[in-house]
Amino acid sequence: MPTPRVKMPSSAAKGEVFEVKTTIDHDMESGQRKDKDGKPIPRKIINKFTVAYNGKQVFWSDWAPAVSANPYCSFFLTATESGTVELKWHDDDGQVYAVSQAITVA
Amino acid sequence: MSSVNRRDVLAGIAAGAAIITVTPKLALADKAEADSLISKLTGGAKPQDGKVKIKLPQIAENGNTVPFTVTVDHPMTEASYVKAIHVLAEGNPSPGVASFYFTPTGKAEVSMRMRLGKTQDVRAVAVLSDGSAWQVAQEIKVTIGGCGG
Repeated sequence: MPTPRVKMPSSAAKGEVFEVKTTIDHDMESGQRKDKDGKPIPRKIINKFTVAYNGKQVFWSDWAPAVSANPYCSFFLTATESGTVELKWHDDDGQVYAVSQAITVA
Repeated sequence: MSSVNRRDVLAGIAAGAAIITVTPKLALADKAEADSLISKLTGGAKPQDGKVKIKLPQIAENGNTVPFTVTVDHPMTEASYVKAIHVLAEGNPSPGVASFYFTPTGKAEVSMRMRLGKTQDVRAVAVLSDGSAWQVAQEIKVTIGGCGG
């Protein structure tokens, strides 16, 4: 199971804009490659990445096979209230890899 | 025996193609294909130049992992914000790289790493909440391609 890694502050002032840096280990098999017998290797990528802040979707992204292996994605959110930021990576095979990160807003 | 026959050439000219290259493995995307994808993603709005910046290395020695940062010079308020940023690589087997969707929070900036098959133009298109679209294109030289093999 791929391990997501997320780096963001655990606390922030109300109204502060903070960066969320994310990465997950995944081959992002593009479907363009061939194995040593010349047979195409089927595509298997993370095709969608979604971010919710206290249950409200605030950022999401669709990914093509051109996204590098072990995909990195960073973006910015505004600290509005204490709670959790929930991040989900959606695999072609239907699996969803999720992680939650708490933030205290003072 | 030549792999390009007369019929291919005539069909290509009929289709308006200026040059026909017969690639054994991958058909690469081109500007027209990228344009049609952009039109689909922007809901038909024709992107104007401006507002969008893309930070890319000038030369990517390894096309498998090319970092980029896209920023849009626009506020993120309920009244007016950047709804989406689309990144396209015109010279890849298929032009789409990623589409990022925003709500009025944080700032209009996103970073990622992508695969590039060869030297080409990378385009970033932003769609604002008023429906207008803005774009930038930048050439990047790729030493070793990162698609397939």
